[in-house]
Amino acid sequence: MKFTFFNLMPWPGLPEDFRENNRSVWVDIDSKLFDPVKANAIYNTYMDQLEFADSLGFDGIGVNEHHQNGYGIMPSPNIIAAGLARRTTNAAIAVIGNSIALYNPPIRVAEEFAMLDCISGGRLLAGFPVGTAMDTNFCYGTIPALTRDRYNEAHDLIMRAWTEPEPFAFDGKYTQLRYVNTWPKPIQKPHPPVYIPGGGSVETWDFCLDHDYNYSYLSFAGYKAGKALMDGYWKRVAERNVDESPYRGSFAQIIAVADTDAQAEELYAEHMLYFFNRCLHVYPGFADPPGYRTINTIKAGVLNSFRQENRQVFQSLTWKDLIKGGFVIAGSPDTVAEQMEDMIKTLHVGHVFGLFHMGDMPDWKTRYSTQMFAEKVMPRLKNLWPEWHNDDRWWCKPLETRVSMEDSYVNRLKDWEASKAQSDAERAQG
Amino acid sequence: MSSTTSAQNPSNPANPANPANPASSSTTETPSFAIDTITVTTKRGIASRVRLYRPTVTPTLRPLIFLHGAMGLMDDEPALEMIAADRLVIAPIWPGYSDEPGELLIEDMLDFTLHGWDLVEALRAEELLNADPINLAGHCMGGMIAAEMAGLAPSLVARLVLLNPLGIWIDAHPIPDIFATLPYEFAPLLFHDPTKGTAHLIGQTDWNDTKAIEIFLVANARRLGTAGKILFPIPNRRLSKRLYRLSTPTALVWGTSDKLVALDPYATRWNELIPHAQFIPIAEAGHLPNLEQPAATAQAIKEFLVH
Repeated sequence: MKFTFFNLMPWPGLPEDFRENNRSVWVDIDSKLFDPVKANAIYNTYMDQLEFADSLGFDGIGVNEHHQNGYGIMPSPNIIAAGLARRTTNAAIAVIGNSIALYNPPIRVAEEFAMLDCISGGRLLAGFPVGTAMDTNFCYGTIPALTRDRYNEAHDLIMRAWTEPEPFAFDGKYTQLRYVNTWPKPIQKPHPPVYIPGGGSVETWDFCLDHDYNYSYLSFAGYKAGKALMDGYWKRVAERNVDESPYRGSFAQIIAVADTDAQAEELYAEHMLYFFNRCLHVYPGFADPPGYRTINTIKAGVLNSFRQENRQVFQSLTWKDLIKGGFVIAGSPDTVAEQMEDMIKTLHVGHVFGLFHMGDMPDWKTRYSTQMFAEKVMPRLKNLWPEWHNDDRWWCKPLETRVSMEDSYVNRLKDWEASKAQSDAERAQG
Repeated sequence: MSSTTSAQNPSNPANPANPANPASSSTTETPSFAIDTITVTTKRGIASRVRLYRPTVTPTLRPLIFLHGAMGLMDDEPALEMIAADRLVIAPIWPGYSDEPGELLIEDMLDFTLHGWDLVEALRAEELLNADPINLAGHCMGGMIAAEMAGLAPSLVARLVLLNPLGIWIDAHPIPDIFATLPYEFAPLLFHDPTKGTAHLIGQTDWNDTKAIEIFLVANARRLGTAGKILFPIPNRRLSKRLYRLSTPTALVWGTSDKLVALDPYATRWNELIPHAQFIPIAEAGHLPNLEQPAATAQAIKEFLVH
């Protein structure tokens, strides 16, 4: 098993009556709620938590991209990842990912990801989401019906930019470039492992299998709700006659660990409810602009946000609902380990993106929960897939030895001073 | 934006298996027209459904081509029926608005505009039009396309009617975002009288019925997905810098209560940009005067076409 500590970077200061007085946490969220001075502490705290997770032995640390969003103040995950690449040494840097249809031209992603791979010494996991409708269409203006076409073209361009040995001309519908010659190139060859976060698009499964990419299902609805979707994916894997390695799949799960189940509720319930009741208050009109989803996906009945009754679904949730529904796996190390094992086996996944900081959770609680998980839960789950334990096809391949600039500076300076002293001495002797 | 809506089959606003009733509520007891739906194929290879309103007496007046709005052609288009008393009315169904899959071939404003002219050519091949300049009307998105067609080839258009058109954007007066509008929010936005508008738009659709929602969503995804290619995120493809080319006599027919494309300042701006446009307000009508005030709308168009 591979465990990645993920931080969505939510804004912690949404007022109690946010839902009543605001249309949406996303796209047209009240800009007055953002306080740049507070953000100085918030960003650095969140980055500290990611570095802390590296020090605890998490396999990866993860970031993602959202725009104009009260629960994700990370429009550029690459900026955060660059900081992490410098300040960590072991964990994979999971950027899940860059919404490649939004970068103009998309070789910007090829360049920045290559930089991250070089700086981190080959620790990058490269995520290529289509992007939510909120981000892609409403915040960044991409035409809904052309989003997937634009995405596919961007994907092809980035892959060619990483892998073709010679400069080439790219005559795309959305991007035309006379000289594609990406400098730098990634360390990992032919390219870093690619993760495709899919919500409910059935076309995404085939795309992942066509290219041998990892399929990641990222939702906040927990593993009981996610089962139907992951079952669909594994059914497709079987139909395509490829191996059923659990490492083909990833799942995001909200996790909270304390000494006892009761203590978990006492410590974390309010912050989880902040997340579900305030952060997920998205105006339904932003969720599915006509043309964004394919007809096949609509017919598969994956979405139901138009149902008026569903607009209230999260508001009435209690801690018990969150636990019972599997939205949150929380409790004592035993409880969490047991449920995590059930989740991992049920979904047949080799990668878990663990969401530990949720809503307005303070730093100390986040670290406590994270450390409890790393020390008392993670070791019990590491070898759940013994038959696949050597399968690292979707994991990063870092350099064996990575440069430490500070050491080399001190040593080189000493070397230079020593050789200068010697040559001075020789010159003095004539 | 006109709308679609037979409650039985909302996915298919122009369903030939569901022929519109010639004796609909808006006409007299003796129908003066008959409805016929044909399919023409453009040189580009797009099969397009076209609804024809044929006068029962042999028409002597030049036909009128009517381009529908962003939500499609209604089963009942009373204003078109009234205009069809003495001239053929040709109402093409835009790609994405019928069962034919042609919308994948049109992606940008030039594609939309050329599809309009390709349709004219196909209609000539069917001898529904002769070689004369055409009478062209467009509503909402159709008005934007019609204005582009006239700007591209002004000498090929005899008369142009723009009915509450989209296509111009004024920063100080943003047009509401129809792509973020929930189905049950449309009626208050589009109609002077939202109560009647609700009946026009959604019929009996139950927004808590999963199957009904799915049927609506599939149709809506294709219709507004297509419309989004020229209307998203801002319904402006720089038409305003081409409107100087409209030498064609042009009528701006406007439902004065339009809350989507407000009379002030949008009708005013269109009127400034089009040389010698004639402005005709339709009272007590919102964005869909053809549905809300069909008699006044038909009368305005008929008078403009003959003078």
